[in-house]
Amino acid sequence: MRQTIIIGSGPAGYTAAIYAARANLNPLLIASSVEAGGELMKTTEVENYPGFPEGIQGPDLMAAFQAQAERFGTEIVLDDVTSLELRGDVKRVTLGNGDVHEALTVIFATGSAYRKLGLEDEERLSGHGVSWCATCDGFFFRKKNIAVVGGGDSAMEEATFLTKFADKVYVIHRSHTLRASKTMQDRALENPKIEFIFNKTVEHIYGDGAVTGLGLVDTTDGSETTLDVSGLFVAIGADPRTHLVHGQLDINPDGTIAVEGRSSRTNIPGVFAAGDVLDPTYRQAVTAAGSGTVAALDAEHYLASIPKELLARATALPEPETVSA
Amino acid sequence: MSTAKDVTDASFQADVLDSDKLVLVDFWAEWCGPCRAVSPILDQIAAEHADKIQLVKVNVDDNMEIAAKYQITSIPAMKLFKGGEVVKSVIGAKPKPALEADFAEWLK
Repeated sequence: MRQTIIIGSGPAGYTAAIYAARANLNPLLIASSVEAGGELMKTTEVENYPGFPEGIQGPDLMAAFQAQAERFGTEIVLDDVTSLELRGDVKRVTLGNGDVHEALTVIFATGSAYRKLGLEDEERLSGHGVSWCATCDGFFFRKKNIAVVGGGDSAMEEATFLTKFADKVYVIHRSHTLRASKTMQDRALENPKIEFIFNKTVEHIYGDGAVTGLGLVDTTDGSETTLDVSGLFVAIGADPRTHLVHGQLDINPDGTIAVEGRSSRTNIPGVFAAGDVLDPTYRQAVTAAGSGTVAALDAEHYLASIPKELLARATALPEPETVSA
Repeated sequence: MSTAKDVTDASFQADVLDSDKLVLVDFWAEWCGPCRAVSPILDQIAAEHADKIQLVKVNVDDNMEIAAKYQITSIPAMKLFKGGEVVKSVIGAKPKPALEADFAEWLK
């Protein structure tokens, strides 16, 4: 049995691992099989992470996080958690390969998942012109006209990035004010290849084997228009990834995990949350990293407070690392 | 690094379309994070079913003709070819059990 298991491998998960490992908690980090590294793996230049005055590539930053966590003894598993039993003194974490790991504490840092438009044709044309990842798919829209839907930082970043390939990038936003930071807005507004379409929502995506156009509805007068594009990049935000803990952890009305005050403590003793999964507001790499620190320190504090016999079960050697399902 | 053969615009006909085996083609690029994530999983699946399928890779940066021909607009894209025809397409990085389920019909 472990002292702590960390679920998630974004800035929150890896920072929690760095702190937990340095506190000799011998952490096991479940990184996911295909999304290891989290959201920043799909970004390019990260210019607002302190310590990198010239900026750093998102995947390079995450490789550095991982290396730092491993340097202090974090063990990393590239698999997905399929179920969690969080109640009781000993928490059980079941993985896709069938392994079951046990721990006295769990730090839940699963981040968030892209929000979908919720249109019928979205799923059908996903991968055929509808995309959630400009850095992955932008390359295929060389000299094409495409659209980005959304008004936040990620929409501005995607639109700006896509101008490297596309002839024209429309940014469709449902209101007339953008949520994006001033820097990101200005960069997009000044880009001659980007055209903003305000007060419109995407109601239809047209095309058989590939996207050919969009049906837009005006949010002020309800009028309908069409827009000919061969790609649609969806950047309308993300929802906390909490399906593994429904029925166990308390969830706020906004979908984030409920924690006590400024701590990372959930409603179950020994279970802590960190990063975007509990943050409805800031959602930055650096705030997630800070949140991971809080969770590791809270876990350390909790482990110091539990009966010595219980703690001894997680620190006694030798212990089998895993028990089969 | 993957040990799968790199197939190009020039060799696609011989290596994939004319092959008498089932060929799983992984369309990928250096700059695609999810491609890097799914690559070792495809290697594992191919190794575990070496008698059934052969895995090859197409770098879309270097081989835009083939990528365009198969209308690739999102990677990773995995296409399974049998007798020169696509019999199954999967888009996006997925965990191993999900990919095994996608290709189950051809792996048994």
